[in-house]
Amino acid sequence: MPIERIAVGLTVNGCAVEQWIDPCAMLLDVLHELGLSGTKKGCEMGACGACTALADGRRIVSCLALAASYAGAAITTIEGVGTPDELHPLQEAFIDHDALQCGYCTPGQIMSALGLIAEGCCDRATIREGLSGNLCRCGAYPRIVAAVAEAAGL
Amino acid sequence: MSTTETIATGTDTTTGTETTTGTETTTGTETTTGTETTPADSSERTRGPRIGENAPRPDGVPKVNGEFAFGNDMWIEGMLFGRTLRSPHPYARIISIDISKALAMHGVHAVITADDVPGQKLYGLEHKDQPVFASEVVRFHGEPIAAVAADHPETARRACRAIEVEYDVHAPIVDAELSITAPPIHPDGNIFRHMFIRHGHPDSPESEGVVAVEGDYEIGMQDQAFLGPECALGIPLEDGGIELYVSTQWIHADREQTAACLGLDPEQVRMTMAGVGGAFGGREDISLQIHTALLTLHTGRPVKLQYSREESFFGHVHRHPAKMWYRHSARADGTLAKIEARLVFDGGAYASTSSAVLSNASCFAHGPYNVEHALIEGYSVRTNNPSCGAMRGFGAVQTCFAHEAQMDKLAAALGIDSIDLRLKNALKTGDRNITGQLLSGVVPVAELIERCVAHPLPAMGEVGEMMGRPGGAGRTADAHHIKRGFGFAIGWKNLMFSEGFDDYSTARVRIDEGQNGPVVTVHCACAEVGQGFVTLAQQIARTVLGLDEILLHPADTQVGSAGSTSASRQTWMSGGAVQQACEAVRTQIFASLAATHGVDPETLAIQDDHIVSVDGTFSIPVEDAVANKTFEATEVNRHVQTVRLDADGQGDAHVSFAFAAHRAVVDVDEELGLVRVIDITTTQDVGKLLNPRQALGQIEGGIAQGVGLAVMEEIIVTNGKVRNASFTDYLIPTTLDMPTVTIAALIEEPEPGAPFGAKGIGEPPTIASTAAVAAAIRNAIGRDITRVPVRPQDICL
Repeated sequence: MPIERIAVGLTVNGCAVEQWIDPCAMLLDVLHELGLSGTKKGCEMGACGACTALADGRRIVSCLALAASYAGAAITTIEGVGTPDELHPLQEAFIDHDALQCGYCTPGQIMSALGLIAEGCCDRATIREGLSGNLCRCGAYPRIVAAVAEAAGL
Repeated sequence: MSTTETIATGTDTTTGTETTTGTETTTGTETTTGTETTPADSSERTRGPRIGENAPRPDGVPKVNGEFAFGNDMWIEGMLFGRTLRSPHPYARIISIDISKALAMHGVHAVITADDVPGQKLYGLEHKDQPVFASEVVRFHGEPIAAVAADHPETARRACRAIEVEYDVHAPIVDAELSITAPPIHPDGNIFRHMFIRHGHPDSPESEGVVAVEGDYEIGMQDQAFLGPECALGIPLEDGGIELYVSTQWIHADREQTAACLGLDPEQVRMTMAGVGGAFGGREDISLQIHTALLTLHTGRPVKLQYSREESFFGHVHRHPAKMWYRHSARADGTLAKIEARLVFDGGAYASTSSAVLSNASCFAHGPYNVEHALIEGYSVRTNNPSCGAMRGFGAVQTCFAHEAQMDKLAAALGIDSIDLRLKNALKTGDRNITGQLLSGVVPVAELIERCVAHPLPAMGEVGEMMGRPGGAGRTADAHHIKRGFGFAIGWKNLMFSEGFDDYSTARVRIDEGQNGPVVTVHCACAEVGQGFVTLAQQIARTVLGLDEILLHPADTQVGSAGSTSASRQTWMSGGAVQQACEAVRTQIFASLAATHGVDPETLAIQDDHIVSVDGTFSIPVEDAVANKTFEATEVNRHVQTVRLDADGQGDAHVSFAFAAHRAVVDVDEELGLVRVIDITTTQDVGKLLNPRQALGQIEGGIAQGVGLAVMEEIIVTNGKVRNASFTDYLIPTTLDMPTVTIAALIEEPEPGAPFGAKGIGEPPTIASTAAVAAAIRNAIGRDITRVPVRPQDICL
């Protein structure tokens, strides 16, 4: 039986939206329903970090985040970071260090790193620990750490 | 100049297709111009990076800002959602399949089984032995039985659960060795390939040296674990054909197999590459292509089928687990007298590329060493385990682990240094391998070994905080129990497809007048999976043609096959095709100048962005020479013909070879059985670096996967059942598990016959890194390690 949808007010990348959602829906799926496909689905278990977004500035794995419980929260996704013509310095650093190959984990890496930089990271060891929830199967880790270190001013 | 143009997946301007898929994003397959990210309104032309420079990826910007559309980002109005029903048993006879309840569900548009396959019921990359849907027998845990299309993914999931399948469950055959003589579990028998390589006179008494060592080695089942799960989108066409968007490694092979099962001509199946979230071999075979196409044609509606992470583990082939017996015999001075090996590779339920994987394993079984005599016996065998096929390294990874362990063991038995033993026997240009093939290309084995081991070791330093120790924050090693070990290994493999395969790539290059000057369009079906071919294609076109604006047409079947993105072959094959097509266009430009300017075309050359005559009397910017003109050429690049190995495993089976050496430093807690890989120092034979920064990424990434196989990655299969189909249970290295990677040397000696002299670089980093880590663990604990991945119990029990 179809489940009755509920209205939830979300603020995504600064835009307030009211969306009729499945009460069981995860934030990741709601973001995709909103046409924001930059947040990636990798494992659906919170194990790979590809779906990382920010909620009120804190990192969350959106595949495990019950969308209804984020009513009123300020959600930031990769679409809210930089523009194609004016990339965020962290995005620039990913390009400059070639910190990606297939690119599937990249939005999650960038969102996680933005959260981490805001949390405060003092050295590369902290970056490695702070990004250990974001898998990169292409193994671009050394470059990702270098890019984040540069953007963090280390 | 303009920079980023956007072609949404499906708005294929060259063919007039009207379908639009994907959200409003850039497609995964579309990549554009290519100089640095210049503002779109900039009128000044920027010089784009040529061969040898650190060109940025043309798909880099959409990948960092989330616009790049991967397979599962595709969307089209009115599409249905597919789902696959899979067998819960590894081996069973199907008594009945009842789809009536599923079909009656509200929102379900189709439920299809083997009965609904209009064409060939079987498919396969090398050998057609895998049913599109199992109808009589299931042969592995997760084998597809039916597929559903519904108006919501959740409805499709529930419909799958409503399909009633009655099984007569059999005891699975899960031991490859036993399967060799077991009753056949498939009409084609249980042996995919049984082969010998006989080199020298291995049966003669003279073949025996004075010192011999034996060993049994085992390797677990590794998964490619690409991060972007499989996905395809099918759209029915009015002519009865289908448009299929899929994230794959080889769209033309997909098309051949899909069309045959649909009962259509290949031309009726039009395929376009969707953005690929990693591949590593796991997308070389068919997974959901045929199922998606069948559901699409059955419903007459667009259908999207995508795998969850769990289903991805069941939906693609894995790296072959192997058991290998080895015996090395040496003369007193360390000369390798004889290598004997018996290799048993578990191919799982269906053939995939098991035959070619075994051939590679056997051909490289002796390591990059001269040996007087060799006898290699190889089996790749069918079992009721998950099917195995291509993964980065393709057979060479397995035997490298064994031959390098043997070299260390032999050196110890001889009482000589293991590096000296390797150097004494190192292959070099002009030698022959055990299949009798002359190694005429670059074979810098000794140099790779010497420069790798000569590099200073990382300082031992203080044992740091817990994150740097074995076990990390979970079960942290006691600082007093940590032992450091060092290990070395070197490996090799072939580049391109071998054993007589008709291996080629096609590229079409066209020059048109654009809004701000000439635009070069490169059309090649090469799958960009993250390796950076799109970057190299632009660099090659700029270098050959002296023009800066290079547009990459989406990879699709509207151009000839590019072959597979595997076997470290695309830079050589598709890079070569692009180079040749550019050269053909260049010839047309020169002929045009001959007509208009009366110059001898034979005397012309392109230097940077000018066409000049050798005597210096004529010079014109390329841009001016091609202004308002159109040039186009399509070229097919084939490598030299190879042959299938004969009954004694002899023949020139390969095109070219690449080598890489690794030295691993590990910390081990012997009591807890924990390992941390601290550093991998490497040397690699690269021919010529076309894009140094991208090359380093390939090397680091390949090492990450080699380290993963050494210490953590294994699909656990118990009595045919997969036990860890998730990222919480199948572990791949995180950034904390990643060792420092130190490049001691990249040897740039151009390979004869290779475009720009460049060797493929994707696979060699994965081959010996596993073996080097295993060697380092042995060194740390002073005990033998004969199996990877190394588990805690292998260290502490």
